[in-house]
Amino acid sequence: MSPAIITTILGLLLVIFGIWVGDNANLLPIDASTNATIYDQLFSVLLSIGTILFFGMLGLVLYSLIRFRRKPGQEGDGSAIEDNLPLEIFWTIVPTVVILFVGLYSYDIYDRMGGMQQLDLSGHNHQGQETMVEEERIWGGIGSGSVEDKSKSSLESIPIDVTAMQFAFLFHYPEGDFISGELHVPVGKPISMRMESKDVIHAFWVPEFRIKQDIIPGQPTILSFTAQKEGKYPIICAELCGPYHGGMRSNVIVEDTSSYTDWLLKNAKNTIT
Amino acid sequence: MTISLDNSKEGETKSLQPKGWLRYFSFSLDHKVIGLQYLVCGFIFYLIGGLLASAIRIELTSPLSDFLPRDVYNQVLTLHGTIMIFLWIVPVVNGAFGNYLIPFYVGARDMAFPRLNAVAFWLIPPSGLLLISSYFITGAAQSGWTAYPPLSITTPAAGQMIWILSVLLLGGSSIFGGINFIATILKLRRPGLKLMQLPMYCWAMLGTSILIVLSTPVLAGTLVLLSFDIVAHTGFFNPSLGGNVVVYQHLFWFYSHPAVYIMVLPAFGLVSEILPVHCRKPLFGYTTMVYSIMAIVVLGFVVWAHHMFTSGTPPWMRLFFTIATSFIAVPTGIKFFNWVATLWGGRISLNSAVLFSCGFIVNFVLGGITGVALAQVPFDVHVHDTYFVVAHFHYIVYGGSVFVIFSSIYHWYPKVTGRMLNEDLGRFHFALTFIGFNLCFAPQHWLGLNGMPRRVAEYDPQFTFVNQLSSVGALIMAISILPFLWNIIQSTFRGPVSGNNPWNALTPEWLTSSPPPIENWIGPPPLVKEPYGYGRNNKDSNEITTDT
Ligand code: HEM
Ligand SMILES: [Cu+2]
Ligand SMILES: [Cu+2]
Repeated sequence: MSPAIITTILGLLLVIFGIWVGDNANLLPIDASTNATIYDQLFSVLLSIGTILFFGMLGLVLYSLIRFRRKPGQEGDGSAIEDNLPLEIFWTIVPTVVILFVGLYSYDIYDRMGGMQQLDLSGHNHQGQETMVEEERIWGGIGSGSVEDKSKSSLESIPIDVTAMQFAFLFHYPEGDFISGELHVPVGKPISMRMESKDVIHAFWVPEFRIKQDIIPGQPTILSFTAQKEGKYPIICAELCGPYHGGMRSNVIVEDTSSYTDWLLKNAKNTIT
Repeated sequence: MTISLDNSKEGETKSLQPKGWLRYFSFSLDHKVIGLQYLVCGFIFYLIGGLLASAIRIELTSPLSDFLPRDVYNQVLTLHGTIMIFLWIVPVVNGAFGNYLIPFYVGARDMAFPRLNAVAFWLIPPSGLLLISSYFITGAAQSGWTAYPPLSITTPAAGQMIWILSVLLLGGSSIFGGINFIATILKLRRPGLKLMQLPMYCWAMLGTSILIVLSTPVLAGTLVLLSFDIVAHTGFFNPSLGGNVVVYQHLFWFYSHPAVYIMVLPAFGLVSEILPVHCRKPLFGYTTMVYSIMAIVVLGFVVWAHHMFTSGTPPWMRLFFTIATSFIAVPTGIKFFNWVATLWGGRISLNSAVLFSCGFIVNFVLGGITGVALAQVPFDVHVHDTYFVVAHFHYIVYGGSVFVIFSSIYHWYPKVTGRMLNEDLGRFHFALTFIGFNLCFAPQHWLGLNGMPRRVAEYDPQFTFVNQLSSVGALIMAISILPFLWNIIQSTFRGPVSGNNPWNALTPEWLTSSPPPIENWIGPPPLVKEPYGYGRNNKDSNEITTDT
């Protein structure tokens, strides 16, 4: 077989291997929000491309080191090749194309995650003191799940106010006006959280939801998501906030709508209409 | 310019300075002495930073915070990061190798401003000692090497202020060095030597120095404002006084993203010097290498907010910084393809220098791939501030820069001492480092993806085993220092004599005795027009003239 054929076959095998790894490697926790499913698609594409590039480069380096190593008794220099324009154009264009593809694809993912949507703060307007100026300064996280999902349900999202402090999260449910140390959310309903910090910067992270947003003192942030799998998942503070940062954790409990309502009623201060 | 005049005067002052080993403890003006001062001083700080890293890895062998008190853990973490960046990588890849090599490469007898050069070095040991002493006197800073307010304003003020002071001094040292390199490369070139004939490390240092000179002042200004907030209770970054914490992050990363290139561009340059010599081939694609360095410098200034995707960043900003960051991969990729093409068809000696350089290529490719992934906002919001990021930047900074530092030590040791290192010990050092490094950091990608945040002393027990694996890797890395140290120490006294040019290299530092005389060449500096002219059957095509 000629070297060209062998190279082509090896290249194809590498691509197949990369795609296989991207599809089958199980490197992420369960996808408990609509956002997470979309995230995992992006992850598997990035993993495939990364695997192909990494093992391709590794193979080239190892092959060169073995094939072109100086054997005992060998004298003299290697060949005096200094450049090769077509080759150099090739390896400028290929990464550019890959980068453009990755960029466009991740833009699409970002859009499907709701990142480009106008932030919907309607749920939070009960707080009369909110001024227009303040609203403009609110910076958002990735929006609630997919656009498809939004249009289908057109459900109004459930507002929750999150307060972070050294070293705890507090969740205030306007619907019922009470505060909980654990976050309860019904499965399949969009949630919209308005987050504020009392002291230093914290970050709200649920690995199973694949979302994270800093909670910044003096600057409310907003984060929306839709949980899709029932269960109990950790809420983790991801921004260094002091000595007990590692212990600043809570849980989010995703439950079916009736258990959620029961829980809400049990805790509510006011009667819910 | 009176630089050349100045230079001859320096020569006289220099002969008055102490001789022998004492000169390494003096305010020497000799660029070679200063280079070694940077290297040894940096290495001592590396050992201290390594001890701190070991403390971190010991703490993380169990999911509970049980080895260090919690606030001490945060001090250790802050000191580790600060020492490794500002006292080891930056001074060594720039100051140590830059000072030793750049005057040779441009055909000068010293740097443009020898006194400034000595001042730049002598700022480092006191600032380093100041930083470390804060741990014993008042307790060190606790807010990480990033010192984000308001945490940095609310943690004990003394430690944070000392941290700011020593980083300011180190930044000053770095700026002095940068100015000196720019002046030396542009103004002190031997007559007849064109810019496009310079060895690649000069281009790397030119680019790096531009980054240093333009971005470090921003860090300095930011830290001064932060110190006002701490001691004078101003409100620049203090939200309770109407300040804005996100502005600090923008200013901080406007310096600190370029800082990552300040740590890695010189390493790119060093690899470009080492590979051609041991592959006996010209450096592939010299011109595209130069343009890629300059492209990285320019792009490096417009990507900083990729460290802030989960902070207060509006969507348009997230998209802009995703695109700009991704595009850095193109010039970076070009350099990697060029190095592989340099290997291709060579007569490669598989010695320690080459192994560490190739280890660098492999590690950095992985770090670059995770970097491009991190640049994608939707990917980053999950893994930001987790162990995934820790893995990413250690692949770049350790797997990249530190591997290159070792490669360079193996390559230039005979130049500096006139003796050879032991190759078997060197290869053993490489094997231990490579295995230990990958065992330590590869599993951290998984930890981050699955829910372990960074900068924590306690974690979910499900991560215990993988953390222990990582700690075993760290242990192997710690052990790997021993054969290296032994090799360096015993070869200084007992290593076989190397001769002037054991590698048969063509770059100008080898065209003099090893170790070199005080003004680098006995006669006039050689004119090396083709520093990579290997593989020409006809030797005189690589013109080495000695007339001025
Ligand atoms: C050139 C050498 C590089 C170095 C020294 C380096 C270093 C670092 C460091 C230190 C961080 C963590 C900052 C922190 O959170 O404290 C980081 C994060 C990051 N790096 Fe790199 N990096 C390099 C290359 C790259 C490349 C080639 C890319 C992309 C093309 C990249 C993209 C990123 C991104 C997007 C982050 C932010 C991750 C996050 O905090 O969520 N880096 N890098
Ligand atoms: Cu925290
Ligand atoms: Cu960066």
